[in-house]
Amino acid sequence: MSATTDLEADRLARATVRRNARNRWVAYITLSLGVLIFAFPIWLTVVGSTHDASTIGRGDVPLWFGPHAISNYVSAWLTGGEATRTTRSVPAWVMLWNSLNMAVLIAVGKIAISLLSAYAVVFFSFPGRMVAFWLIFITLMLPVEVRIIPTFEVMVNLGLINSMTGLVVPLIASATATLLFRQFFLTIPDEYVEAAKIDGAGPLRFFKDVVLPLSVTNIAALFVILFIYGWNQYLWPLLIVTDRDLETVVVGMTKMIGNGDAQNEWNIIMATAVLAMLPPVAVVVFMQRWFVKGLTETEK
Amino acid sequence: MRKKVIFKGIALPWLLLLPQLLITGVFFFWPAGQAIYGSFLREDAFGLSRQFVGFENFAEVLADPNYLASGWTTVVFSFSVAFTALSAALFLAVQADKAIRGANGYKTLLIWPYAVAPAIAAVLWLFMFHPQIGLFGRMLNGLGIGWDYRLNGDQAMLLVILAAAWKQVSYNFIFFMAGLQSIPKAVLEAAAIDGARPMRRFWTIIFPLLAPTSFFLLVVNIVYAFFDTFGIIHALTNGGPGQATTTLIYKVYVDGVQNLNFGSSAAQSVILMVIVILLTAVQFRFVERKVHY
Repeated sequence: MSATTDLEADRLARATVRRNARNRWVAYITLSLGVLIFAFPIWLTVVGSTHDASTIGRGDVPLWFGPHAISNYVSAWLTGGEATRTTRSVPAWVMLWNSLNMAVLIAVGKIAISLLSAYAVVFFSFPGRMVAFWLIFITLMLPVEVRIIPTFEVMVNLGLINSMTGLVVPLIASATATLLFRQFFLTIPDEYVEAAKIDGAGPLRFFKDVVLPLSVTNIAALFVILFIYGWNQYLWPLLIVTDRDLETVVVGMTKMIGNGDAQNEWNIIMATAVLAMLPPVAVVVFMQRWFVKGLTETEK
Repeated sequence: MRKKVIFKGIALPWLLLLPQLLITGVFFFWPAGQAIYGSFLREDAFGLSRQFVGFENFAEVLADPNYLASGWTTVVFSFSVAFTALSAALFLAVQADKAIRGANGYKTLLIWPYAVAPAIAAVLWLFMFHPQIGLFGRMLNGLGIGWDYRLNGDQAMLLVILAAAWKQVSYNFIFFMAGLQSIPKAVLEAAAIDGARPMRRFWTIIFPLLAPTSFFLLVVNIVYAFFDTFGIIHALTNGGPGQATTTLIYKVYVDGVQNLNFGSSAAQSVILMVIVILLTAVQFRFVERKVHY
């Protein structure tokens, strides 16, 4: 009797091992397939950026690299390809420089003003504290997309059209960043504040010497998210910038495509697309830990 | 929740808040107020004077078949994007969660599309599905399907949904991974010992435990499809052909920026504000239960 149960258990155990192995293979195969599907559009673009315009224009879509990589990237970087009848071309380096400026300024600006306002809301008690907090919170419900025209009018009245200030300043108010820092500041033990008070440190000193150093990881995580947010802005620069010297690369890209004629200089467009993707993708890949932290924290 | 120990002062905290409040006042509340105010006004044909018309703008917008059509387009688009991006991400997260070698490598390879701008994602999909230069576009035409998203509304819709979902999968994947990792392995092992097959384990244990994460993600995905996909539509289809891919956000842009229709655009803005408020309310109502079980 017991022998048969042993046999039975043995059979079950082996079946489980087999099933686990099969299971793992399914996982490998489907994951690889998923990665392929995700990477394929990029692969096609990178490969396309190494061929000449006529190869792509003819529709002979290549799947392997061609010989024109250097010339394509050089001409994208320096001239942005030939001008068309309706638009003059902008060199990629100008657009990348604008995007970089915008992304860094937005990230730094958002972090700076959110740190200050979160500090005020958490470490002080003053009349109007909750009002201030709610005013900041409500901005979550007013994305640019729902107030396009009146915001544009304000920008015109303030003379902020076609300026880096106009691109950056209206975007640096941040309810999410303020909420994140507030959440974090609430976890700083009361004893720290007491100790600072006993040592005679004022609120600004406490902010500089205690709160700021404690916030470093949060700031780094948020910077990654906000850099990507700034770099990927679309509607706002589309509205505010008509001067092509201030063009950001994401908007400039789609202007190069226009109506999507087969006669476009697709090789230059693809090279520019690769250049436009590189900085934010590099930030995510190389700062993955902070990126994941930033993403999951800001949504709490 | 608030701190027990705090600093004294009234001027200093307000000073610290000043930059944030100034920006929100000038660039958020003032324009939002203007939109609400403007939604009750109408401009004459020459743009010289504006007069009060009550709810006429709203009545007109809500009776406009084009507006209603674009509302329906938005609903179809948003739910398709959310469903596609969520199911693909859940599937991949479950695979990546199985204790396999190289899981971290797969993770990195799956999360980077998050960094690609919506408009650039659109451009990548254009390279694949352009009827003359795109690999798949030409392939489909070669099979005699007659693929041209610039002429066929359904094809245009399909393409913007795919491009928008492609970009959102990584975001969902990260949250599903976090959700899966917090499910106690003992529970799954116990079920396995009891003889529950993988499919059954997924539907009876994993899926219910992930429900709060999924719900949270559903709201986030819908918000994304509503507001952050402007670049995709603008770069790929310009809302066309006809009105096939004109979502509410795209329409408010076209009516306000291109057609300069002041009253209608303001009324549309106000309607969108109400939608955002509802979505945010839902999001915050359930946010606490998000990743806790």
